[in-house]
Amino acid sequence: MAAQPDKNVQQLVDHLFRHEAGRMAAVLTRFLGTENLDTAEDLVQDTLLKAIEIWRFRGVPDNPSAWLYKVAHNKAIDWVRSGQRQSKLLSAQQEKIKSTWDLASASEGLFHEDEIQDSVLRMMFACCHPAIPLESQIALTLKTLGGLSAGEIANAFLTSEETITKRIYRAKEKIKQEKIKLDPPGLYELPHRLDSVLHVLYLLFNEGYHASHSDTLIREDLCAEAMRLTFLLVQHNATSLPKVNALMALMCLQSSRFAARTGDLGEIILLEDQDRSKWSLPLIEQGLDFLSKASVGNALSEYHVEASIASIHALALNFEETQWDKLLNLYETLSELKPGPMVSFNRAIAIGYAKSPVAGIEELQKIDSLKEHYLYLTAIGNFYLLHGNTAMAKISLEKALVKTSSLQESELIKRKIQKCS
Amino acid sequence: MEKFMLIFHGGSDVAPEMRNPEAMQKHMQKWFEWVEKLRKEGRYEGGEPLEPRGKFVSGPNKIVTDGPFAESKELVGGFFIINAKDIDEAVALTADYPDFIFNGKVQVRPIQKMEM
Repeated sequence: MAAQPDKNVQQLVDHLFRHEAGRMAAVLTRFLGTENLDTAEDLVQDTLLKAIEIWRFRGVPDNPSAWLYKVAHNKAIDWVRSGQRQSKLLSAQQEKIKSTWDLASASEGLFHEDEIQDSVLRMMFACCHPAIPLESQIALTLKTLGGLSAGEIANAFLTSEETITKRIYRAKEKIKQEKIKLDPPGLYELPHRLDSVLHVLYLLFNEGYHASHSDTLIREDLCAEAMRLTFLLVQHNATSLPKVNALMALMCLQSSRFAARTGDLGEIILLEDQDRSKWSLPLIEQGLDFLSKASVGNALSEYHVEASIASIHALALNFEETQWDKLLNLYETLSELKPGPMVSFNRAIAIGYAKSPVAGIEELQKIDSLKEHYLYLTAIGNFYLLHGNTAMAKISLEKALVKTSSLQESELIKRKIQKCS
Repeated sequence: MEKFMLIFHGGSDVAPEMRNPEAMQKHMQKWFEWVEKLRKEGRYEGGEPLEPRGKFVSGPNKIVTDGPFAESKELVGGFFIINAKDIDEAVALTADYPDFIFNGKVQVRPIQKMEM
């Protein structure tokens, strides 16, 4: 028996299948037309299955991505040819292909790196088309571009798989009804369409960052996915606008705190208690870099302001040395750009630290719509605690405890209550 | 040591769980780990995947028909050649076959020796 070379276990790049699934779906949809989005997704699925069938025996090829594209490309051509034979549903795309002398050479160009990126961008604009309901935009983006299954998306958003499947279905129906194509948006539409894409990416990131989901992995995945897609926009000439860089900056700065935000038992650690040495310096640096790239021109977006807020926290050596005056100014600007109870809430917190706990409490009490929210009650309790009024602090915190459904949040509030005695 | 052929029937190819790229990648990783384990122990001789399509040629008239006809859950997806002391040990070596959870089956067949 010949001795086998001691090769290490083959290992694919993390999430390779998931990421390539999104890229292949975009390219194939561009090739086959958006009316055949489902077919494109099926072909991607078949391609990945083919990879498993063969790679498990033969090992991973030298260039796994190129291998996948080649198989996907062939499968798409086979599908078009069989469709033509049956002269079924000939889309304009297929008519165009039919008239070219060679189907393969007509589509091959789509699999070059630049064109793949371009297809993914076009797909993002299609998934986030303003005609599609917002929650369907999010679900479709994650499914089609992120390569996440309906089950995984449901898990991330703490909802049922059925709900997510319905949202995706609705999005696809809208794409058909509105005849949304994978054309790059024209110059006139671009700003409006881009806003819609940015909004989805922002919500995706926030869901990962703020949702009280017990599974940290899922949350980090959502953030990573949002960052990956935003980065594509930043890299592309047509879409690398200041506000896109601002959103990228915001994501980098926020995610720099990921490792410090949860303790060993998954408990939440507040900004003031975080071990700042655990913050990711490279991400902070990247964030600041994107923020400076965002600071050209004179258009100020909410992402600019939020990224600036995040940068103030990132640059503070400790919680006490946070530049609360600057933060307060930024929250003033943000409440003009994006008025809402959460912004008023954060502004009130900044007032509490910039001025005095009492001023913070007074400002908080002006926000009616949050009175029953555990975050609001916790903040009031916290300011009473800072002011030295432990009795009032305890009342607020105990109310907050009743209002939260998250185990980690409850633990956090309980620890605060212990400080009241 | 004797040689055995492990013939894999059905499995992940038809499992509905395999509609999730992340899960698919993780599953394939289990195959890599299994093969590596067999290889390290000097058990693994080789293996090949089989296409799901093919032909049958049969009878004195060499009639060619499409095949195989097995249902996809019975279809042979590939085979390994491994080394083992006896059939019991060969069976034991299938313990890490990743497709059991998808109701895949392994047929363990001793390869005939030329008796001297």
